[in-house]
Amino acid sequence: MSEIARGTNVILAGVGGQGAVLASKLLARAAMGRGLPVKTAETIGMAQRGGSVFSHVRLGEGAASPLVGRGRADAIVAFEPAEAVRQLPFLRQGGMVVTSDVPVVPVSAATGGPAYDLPAIMSYLRDRVGEKSLVIVDAAAAEAELGTARVLNVVLLGAAARAGALGPVTVDDLEAAVRATVSPRFLDLDLRALSIGDSPQFT
Amino acid sequence: MHREFLMGNEAMAVGALAAGVNVVAGYPGTPSTEVLETAARRRGEGVYVEWSVNEKAALEVAAGAAYAGARALVTMKQVGLNVASDPLMSLSYIGVKGGMVVLVADDPGPISSQTEQDTRTFAAYAKLPILDPSSPSEAYAMMGEAFDLSEELGCPVIVRPTTRVDHGYEDVEVADEGDWTRLDPEGFVRDPSRWVIFPALSVRAHAAIERRDAELAKRLSGYARNTVRQTAGLGARPRLGIATHGISATYVAENLSEKDDVRVLRVATPYPFPEPLAADFLDGLDEVLCVEELDPVIERALIATCGRRGLTVKIRGKLTADIQPSGENTVESVGRAIDNFLGREVADELVPGDPSPRAVPHEPDEPVARPCEEDCLSTEKDLPAPPQLPIRPPVLCAGCPHRASFYAVKRAMRGRKTLFCGDIGCYTLGNAKPLDMVDTCLCMGAGINIAQGVTHVEPDTKAFAFVGDSTFFASGITGVVNAFYNQADMTLVVLDNSTTAMTGHQPHPGTGRTMMGQVVERVSIERVLLAIGLTVVETVDPLDHERAVETVRRVADQPGVKAIIFRSPCVVLAKPQATSVVDAEKCVGCQRCVRELGCPALVPDAATGKVRIDATQCTGCTLCEQICPTHAISGGERL
Repeated sequence: MSEIARGTNVILAGVGGQGAVLASKLLARAAMGRGLPVKTAETIGMAQRGGSVFSHVRLGEGAASPLVGRGRADAIVAFEPAEAVRQLPFLRQGGMVVTSDVPVVPVSAATGGPAYDLPAIMSYLRDRVGEKSLVIVDAAAAEAELGTARVLNVVLLGAAARAGALGPVTVDDLEAAVRATVSPRFLDLDLRALSIGDSPQFT
Repeated sequence: MHREFLMGNEAMAVGALAAGVNVVAGYPGTPSTEVLETAARRRGEGVYVEWSVNEKAALEVAAGAAYAGARALVTMKQVGLNVASDPLMSLSYIGVKGGMVVLVADDPGPISSQTEQDTRTFAAYAKLPILDPSSPSEAYAMMGEAFDLSEELGCPVIVRPTTRVDHGYEDVEVADEGDWTRLDPEGFVRDPSRWVIFPALSVRAHAAIERRDAELAKRLSGYARNTVRQTAGLGARPRLGIATHGISATYVAENLSEKDDVRVLRVATPYPFPEPLAADFLDGLDEVLCVEELDPVIERALIATCGRRGLTVKIRGKLTADIQPSGENTVESVGRAIDNFLGREVADELVPGDPSPRAVPHEPDEPVARPCEEDCLSTEKDLPAPPQLPIRPPVLCAGCPHRASFYAVKRAMRGRKTLFCGDIGCYTLGNAKPLDMVDTCLCMGAGINIAQGVTHVEPDTKAFAFVGDSTFFASGITGVVNAFYNQADMTLVVLDNSTTAMTGHQPHPGTGRTMMGQVVERVSIERVLLAIGLTVVETVDPLDHERAVETVRRVADQPGVKAIIFRSPCVVLAKPQATSVVDAEKCVGCQRCVRELGCPALVPDAATGKVRIDATQCTGCTLCEQICPTHAISGGERL
């Protein structure tokens, strides 16, 4: 299908409560600020209760469906490393992965379900995606710096924009979207989260 | 007009408001809920919006408003239509005066539902026109068109989005509020020959409906959203066609390029089926692939069209196993079907033979399949095997009072012969280990009389029916009356968290507020039960664990139908006071808390086995504090 441009396709992935839906709205708003048409699809409903969640975001002309096909995503932005691996089938060859390295361990891992093997997950990401297409965000350091993990979604979006994973959307576009949508009480925190990736120790 | 970034459900609500809707009623249910919420938030002066107790009540409220000449919208999910089907089937014969739109959200997958029923099939059964949008923008526009059609025909019109339209977002061009239609309804005009259903009226009405629908099939062939398009392939006359609808039409578009030589029919009105347009589409074709979700509605209609008109076109789709018979379509599942149909070479990036074409990487009841078993990133086959991923079935939130309620009943009844009937809501998640406290779940309110039915066969079983507060009002009360009147022996457990939690915290009759923002008298669950005649009705805080266990033991051994109301607020709405902490000195690593409760805030250390509490999740409910054998956990403050 490569002869038809299908825009920039980004998949945001995480665990219910990490703010994937809010991040996709922010990204959509940033793209609309550039005058780009946007389509997104979200996980809503039962899967939100601690489940894996994802948002598909399609920016630019040529997207018909709100969902991205397997092997057709330009980037995966993951707030949780196992969720990055779970979404890998959607990544196109040469696509980028921007992920947090802090796991969210589910109850099932402590009650007889599959264990959470973080080293295996991180090394698999490195092998499959390749060092130059993989951005690992030191989420623990970011949390320490910001004093909360609640804006990890914004930290990751900033890192993704900086790495060029969001197509035409820049950090400045995201900042404009943050200013337009975030309440004054949290604005400073979100802006710090967005710019934290400027310090090289976080990626 | 201006552009807004809207969810499909929001777009439909704004579309209805722009079309001058006067009354909106509904019952929450994924994926339909946000339509009514948006209508309430954005309504102008004089628009009435309510969450009704169930879909039947909602549909009747809307019908009454439409009898009085108003434009009325009723919203529900597909299984809600089953609840509303009694009034709807008769309303189809009676008709309406003002425009009435029945918005029913279908859920292919299913992602958040019990069934994969197709409202297009229901519309044909009920003999009601139905519109099937394929995007938020189209869904917005269809609302006004549906109201116009309803008023013109004098019958309700169904609008049937599916999950990906409901929950997809798009920048939508919408009318400015100043340009919204304003209507002044005439009011109800008495006319027993019109509004009172009797067999004589039904004889006339049925004949008129059949005439109308035959005529409508012709007229809808000219409806601008029923389309036949041709891709600009090299052949002047394509021999192949694709027939599709709704969100699947967008998956078809994703998988066709200018090089393909194919004619595409998109059906926006599956009932009445636009047969003359379909016949034009079929003209000259050898084969057609029907790309549909849920039932093969278009496929069957095309087969019928060929039969009636003596056309020799091969119709392929679900009935020929060219399209998966159940489950959600995806960009790649449709791509594979089209590759196969057009004889195209399969692109490297696609995944041939993938047995699970679902876009949802996970579903509630089954372990998540490991991704990348096929090679998606590369055609090399010698890459390392993917690591095992943790599974994330949805779980009750940390601090959820339902966990405490289930655990109290579980402990109180340990060693007894028991049956635990669940119901629809967050508390269905009580089925997960380690709680494992839901033996049955069927549909809204069913658990009460299922428990009753089992005890008629197994009188020595201690039967419990768990029902949430919203479900109790929606369809639990008649079940309790039935059980009480018929001398059942069972315990009703009302899990009262004072909200409709699963669908996003809608008010209900027990909350004391309405969707219009009024503070009203609450309907008391205790007083309802006492009025039915129950003599044992006890209310207890499930987070007071020993008292909860003692109450269950005492109440369950009383004869007849008795009730326990576990009342504690939903933790998503309440603000935690102080969270619990584990004293690592005292924790012996027995992990009793983890094994018994399965609270996501309890995190065992892989090396030491000792438990740590995730402060970002803990609500300080103190349940783990109360069961820790070494009293190592403290500091929480119960809500």
